[in-house]
Amino acid sequence: MTLSSSTLLTSAAEGGHHSVPVVEAMSPDGVFSLLWLVIALPLAGAVVLLVGGRLTDRWGHWLGTATVTGSFVLSVVMFVQLLGRDDAERQIGQHLWDWFAVGDFQVGMDLLYDPLSALFLLLITGVSALIHLYSVGYMEHDPRRRRFFGYLNLFVAAMLMLVLAADYVGVFLGWEGVGLASYLLIGFWQHKPSAAAAAKKAFVINRVGDIGMSLAIMLMFVTFGTTAFAGVSAAAGEATESTMTAIGLLLLLGACGKSAQVPLQAWLLDAMEGPTPVSALIHAATMVTAGVYLVTRSNFVFENAPVAQTAVVVVACVTLLWGAVIGCAKDDIKKVLAGSTMSQIGYMMLAAGLGPAGYAFAIFHLVTHGFFKANMFLGAGSVMHGTGDDVNMRHYGALRKAMPVTFLTFAMGYLAIIGFPGFSGFWSKDKIIEAAVAENYLVGAAALLGAGVTAFYMTRLMLMTFFTKERWEPEVHPHESPKVMTVPLVVLAALSVLGGVLLLGDWVTTWLTPVVGEVEHHELPVPVIVLTGIVVVVVALGVGLAVLLVGRREVPREAPQDVSFVTRAARSDLYGDAINDGLVVRPGGVLVRGLVATDTRGVDGVVEGGAGLVGALSSVLRRTQNGYVRTYALSVLGGAVILVLAMVAVTW
Amino acid sequence: MIAFWVLAPVMVIAALGILFVRKAVHAALLLAVVMISLAMLYAALEAPFLFAVQIIVYTGAIMMLFLFVLMLVGVDASDSVVETIRGQRVLAVVVGGIFAVLLGVIVGQAGIGTAVGLGAANEGGNIEGLAEVLFSQYVLAFEATAALLITAALGAMVLAHRERLVPRETQADRAAARVRAYGEHGDHLGPLAAPGVYARHNAVDTPALLPDGSPAEQSVPTVISNRGTGRPSPSYRDVDRVVGQLQSRRDDQDPATDTVVEGSGSAARGEDA
Amino acid sequence: MDDVTPFLVLSAILFSIGCVGVLTRRNAIVVFMCVELMLNASNLALVAFAKHHGNLEGQVAAFFVMVVAAAEVVVGLAIIMTIFRSRRSASVDDASLLKY
Repeated sequence: MTLSSSTLLTSAAEGGHHSVPVVEAMSPDGVFSLLWLVIALPLAGAVVLLVGGRLTDRWGHWLGTATVTGSFVLSVVMFVQLLGRDDAERQIGQHLWDWFAVGDFQVGMDLLYDPLSALFLLLITGVSALIHLYSVGYMEHDPRRRRFFGYLNLFVAAMLMLVLAADYVGVFLGWEGVGLASYLLIGFWQHKPSAAAAAKKAFVINRVGDIGMSLAIMLMFVTFGTTAFAGVSAAAGEATESTMTAIGLLLLLGACGKSAQVPLQAWLLDAMEGPTPVSALIHAATMVTAGVYLVTRSNFVFENAPVAQTAVVVVACVTLLWGAVIGCAKDDIKKVLAGSTMSQIGYMMLAAGLGPAGYAFAIFHLVTHGFFKANMFLGAGSVMHGTGDDVNMRHYGALRKAMPVTFLTFAMGYLAIIGFPGFSGFWSKDKIIEAAVAENYLVGAAALLGAGVTAFYMTRLMLMTFFTKERWEPEVHPHESPKVMTVPLVVLAALSVLGGVLLLGDWVTTWLTPVVGEVEHHELPVPVIVLTGIVVVVVALGVGLAVLLVGRREVPREAPQDVSFVTRAARSDLYGDAINDGLVVRPGGVLVRGLVATDTRGVDGVVEGGAGLVGALSSVLRRTQNGYVRTYALSVLGGAVILVLAMVAVTW
Repeated sequence: MIAFWVLAPVMVIAALGILFVRKAVHAALLLAVVMISLAMLYAALEAPFLFAVQIIVYTGAIMMLFLFVLMLVGVDASDSVVETIRGQRVLAVVVGGIFAVLLGVIVGQAGIGTAVGLGAANEGGNIEGLAEVLFSQYVLAFEATAALLITAALGAMVLAHRERLVPRETQADRAAARVRAYGEHGDHLGPLAAPGVYARHNAVDTPALLPDGSPAEQSVPTVISNRGTGRPSPSYRDVDRVVGQLQSRRDDQDPATDTVVEGSGSAARGEDA
Repeated sequence: MDDVTPFLVLSAILFSIGCVGVLTRRNAIVVFMCVELMLNASNLALVAFAKHHGNLEGQVAAFFVMVVAAAEVVVGLAIIMTIFRSRRSASVDDASLLKY
């Protein structure tokens, strides 16, 4: 790491009229030298809780919460310090140790703290701390709570590694770590076969994405000789466009896996088998945003590969509509929220695929989404806690009177996600739709439609859960959740409301410029205010449709079976599972069965057949041993004849 | 040479005969023929000592041993013609034939040249020559073979020995057994009379007569008595005559005076004896 | 005569006949007799070679063969008798348990 201050280098990017920023970090000083501690605290927590075993049961949850809170405090301090620095001095790198060196390929365990990582650190540690606190109450009756906190800490450590690494291999380490933690946490209730299957499904589908990521890293090494951000960003302009396109597409594959974008989206809805805090932390606020982080961080790759960028946009558009449609037909409250997550991350990916025009808004939306989605998930957890762990919205109804705090905080999140003017979601989503419309009418139309559908299904959720008539199960007496659960809800609700403050004075865009480049100004076909108005109208239409179709009518307790084709398709995840089954699982099964048959009949057949042949041969030959001396004497004579013949033949 | 060409076919035929005869005794005799022929061939080969030893030891002692054991085992025992092992006979003949042809051809083909002859070796006499070789070069083998013979004799004794499993019967035991047999079965107690004491005729099918005139069953072989071809003893007549004489004397005697009166018995009456 | 080859051929023939006899006959004593036949055949060969080479070593060897054959017959017949006593049979086919 050079000691000189970094400058924005104008690289000879093909057709690049904007400058692609290069990563060139300074050495850490002051509080930044404690950068490693941010990761080390939750990691130590995980080790203590998992290795310590039952000894730590009584205070394990507090330790887990404390480590993450410590990381949060440190993140805040470092963020404040970074605020006080100049634009040019905001990239800090810390070299921990030399990881490995193979010939010319050297990888160090390096950390990079720059504006992008700073935002992520705050989001991850902050939301994590709140969710840890929430889990103390939510998992109170679970005998394996300590282990849960161990896994959560492990996840936080891995996620922090992911966003702090200064090298793609380090990112991959964190990438795999969060995958592992996700598997452990989805399948936390191991006794449930559905949970175990969901965990396996998530892991296997993520593996496909991980292959893309690994191949991208390998290709980077082959092309640039290094996988560090500094090296790749400096040399990005010199590689051929096809190489960069390949790298970009492979990175996109990795991002699809982790962020549950089409075609690797099937695992996200099944992942709701895990406890609700897991869904809130991992599958709403943090892990699923790792893909967006990757695309944003690799802006120097995507800027040199327009084809890859287009691919990102296409994937994002498809996904945002896919997730929205699925969310409309689900009766499981967590699955609706999961579909919503898929859709919102589609928005983020869409923004990230638009280039520097959208990176900042992607991250902005990521942060606000982290707030309101975590808020809503924890709210859903609170609702479930109050109704005896029931997830079926058809058994809810009129909960606003029984659980007022939950209702109010959930409502804040709801208003944010539909984009009610003034709430955080309004600011972030609007900006994305603006950028989409400026890029391409089709993309803009998709984003707009997505906004409408989002409004529809979220309103449907609110109506079915908190309004309409009571449809509770006989034994259920809904009650408000304890303070330890409602306090995080309140905090997150406040953030959902106030998150828009990040856009004040375009702060977030200028904050991220050193990382993602200057935002160029596109001309919109209509004035901004008109576009905003159109968005609000579309949202209102969506809300109104939901009120008409869901709020005014009686909500049946059993899901009706004679529904339209679209509903049926949405109920089965738009046949995502069926497609995976047909394209991958079944051919894979056939292949494996074929291989097994080859092994048992072919390979084993040869071996056992050989043995069997020997056995058959021996059972034929043993008949010469008939026990009679005379036969043996005959063979002696025969041997003598042969010997004499041999002797004669030799001396003839 | 003539001896050879005469004896060779004899030997071969005799040897083949051993293969084919059914009774073991015949095989032994055929083997004896072979051995004697061999002895004569030894004589033709200027080995007089061996000629003698072959006859004395081999034919005289060893073949006799064979015959003794055959007697003990059972002269009647004869091999059945049917071969129990499949293909054994055919294969044996084939392989044996091949062996014979092989050896014969090899030996016949081998050009070993003319024989040196034992004229020089037998100069001091064959036996002296043999003794010279035997007791100088092969004396250790000689001693070893002697030990072997002793061991063989001991071995035979040990093998043929039968352990006495019950104590030997004493004379008192035998006498008691005889009396018991008489008591239980009515067997004759004392020793039988010597042959001829009670015999009335030379022929074996004519029974001897016991003192009271009854024929003794033990004097006729069981075979004949079982067959029922025994003849009545002719001595009934002279026994009757004596009985008559005794009777007449008694008749002549006055019952009151107890004296013999001549001419009143059966003879006077003219009864034929 | 000067050539001992006919004797050797005769010896070979007698030896083979003895072999066939050992393989074919079932009575143990007859088998033994065939073995004696084989020994005699080899004796003949030895004596013939003694004449051929012009020394008495062959005859000494034949002498030893005879002695050993005698010892062997003694012990062998004793064994046969012992077996006969316990088994009441002198067939070589009786010992057929060492089989598959």
